[in-house]
Amino acid sequence: MPVNVVTVENVAYSYNAATAISDVSFYIEQGDYLGIVGPNGSGKSTLIKIILGILPLQTGSVSLFDTPLSGFGHWDRIGYLPQKLSALNTHFPGSVREIVEMGRRNSKKNENTQHVLDLMGIRHLAGRLIGELSYGEQQRAMLARTLVNRPELLIFDEPTTALDPETRDTFYSLTKDLNRAHGTTIVLITHDIGTIGRYARRLLYLDKKIVFAGTFQEFCASRDMTGFFGEKSQHIICHQHDVLENSK
Amino acid sequence: MMDFTGIFSYSFVQRALLTGVLIAVVCSVVGVFLVLRRLSLIGDGLAHVTFGSVAVVLLIGMAPVYVTLAALPLVMLSSLIILQLIRSKRIHGDAAIGIVSSVGIALGVILVSLSGGYNADLLSYLFGNILMVTQTEMFLSLIIFLIVAAFVVIYYPELFAVTFDEEMAKTMGIKTKLINVVLLLLTAATVVLAMKVAGIMLVSAMLILPPITALQLSLDFRMTILASISLAVLAVFSGIITSFVLNLPTGGTIVMFNAFLLLVVFSAKKALQVRR
Repeated sequence: MPVNVVTVENVAYSYNAATAISDVSFYIEQGDYLGIVGPNGSGKSTLIKIILGILPLQTGSVSLFDTPLSGFGHWDRIGYLPQKLSALNTHFPGSVREIVEMGRRNSKKNENTQHVLDLMGIRHLAGRLIGELSYGEQQRAMLARTLVNRPELLIFDEPTTALDPETRDTFYSLTKDLNRAHGTTIVLITHDIGTIGRYARRLLYLDKKIVFAGTFQEFCASRDMTGFFGEKSQHIICHQHDVLENSK
Repeated sequence: MMDFTGIFSYSFVQRALLTGVLIAVVCSVVGVFLVLRRLSLIGDGLAHVTFGSVAVVLLIGMAPVYVTLAALPLVMLSSLIILQLIRSKRIHGDAAIGIVSSVGIALGVILVSLSGGYNADLLSYLFGNILMVTQTEMFLSLIIFLIVAAFVVIYYPELFAVTFDEEMAKTMGIKTKLINVVLLLLTAATVVLAMKVAGIMLVSAMLILPPITALQLSLDFRMTILASISLAVLAVFSGIITSFVLNLPTGGTIVMFNAFLLLVVFSAKKALQVRR
């Protein structure tokens, strides 16, 4: 029987009186690749922060690897890349190597560091301070950090915002390879339904509550989604990459 | 001409130098974490609470030798109140520090007035007098030095992660609340002990200036901490000797040396940037 990596049941969350999400229930099986999409303020990041225990659980329940969140302790099984790094400023004196190896004990260091630095193409930046790098390079360093523990579940919150198109495609290909070849479960938040649709096995459209759950093909065929987006917008979302591929 | 080697033969100078170096190391290490977490002014806030605590001790007539011991729990409690106010998410860090700081100093002013005004004991805490440091204070400094050193060495990976990004550290399974509590309690203890070195008015300078200077050097995290320690020790050593020789206030002289080092490093960095 496959393990449910994430189980979310009837979760709701409010910031003071403002509802961020309500009555959200879904599960993610081992080896799944879930794209969570939705407009700004739809509760995507809030949902992820609740799953990771950053925000307290107000209503409902969350389990990670079939263990209730309150009793979960194997955080090295999860890699998380937040949307915004609060402390990341030009004055932070951490080298890329220090950031990649962050939070790890000496005995666990170096095993995988070189490999992930190579994978992200930033081996030559290992000794540079994170604050001296461009935003795209910082993002690649942070991606390397999430991969260094070889986590079973990877959660990315809008990871490609600052990346150039080539690096963005490389990143998406990498997530696909991790998912298909290594069985890593992936959860990726993005606005870009068209792009994530090419890589994710399932999509979750969130707008404070779950509006749609299914595959990209089901999304494109859904009359509910046509009603939600309008026929033209749905067509553009579902076929933008066909146009791009044909124009090459 | 003065025999400089003779200075070191005085036991009170030896005590002052040893205590000063221990406190300088502790302040410069703790300061790196505070400055990077934008809690630089917590030293100032807790120093004001220390003023209130000293006023309480002097009002009830306890011997000055017990001032440090009596102030410790009050200042530690205040550091936890600041942390709790920040955690409430409705009050920003600087405002939380401001609240506790102003209450501390207001309490101090009232109690000083009740106890008959400013006297020599209180002034020595306000402006520091490390040359009068007692054996007890020296041992307390050694204890806090050992505790801070052990905490930073053992929990270095956790401290690095929490300083870089607290939310991310939480998702790595790091007990961020515990790390924050211990860091602030150690800051409180450091501030209380450092008041004898720099004085309540200047104690925050010892927490802020060496880390800020070290951060100008663009080193990695570990080397930044080592640079901060080196700069702080240099300033304390130079400050104590200079103040003794020229008969100047020790706390002020130490802080001026720290400021001078910042100016030198900052100017050198600017000059190098212009040359490039």
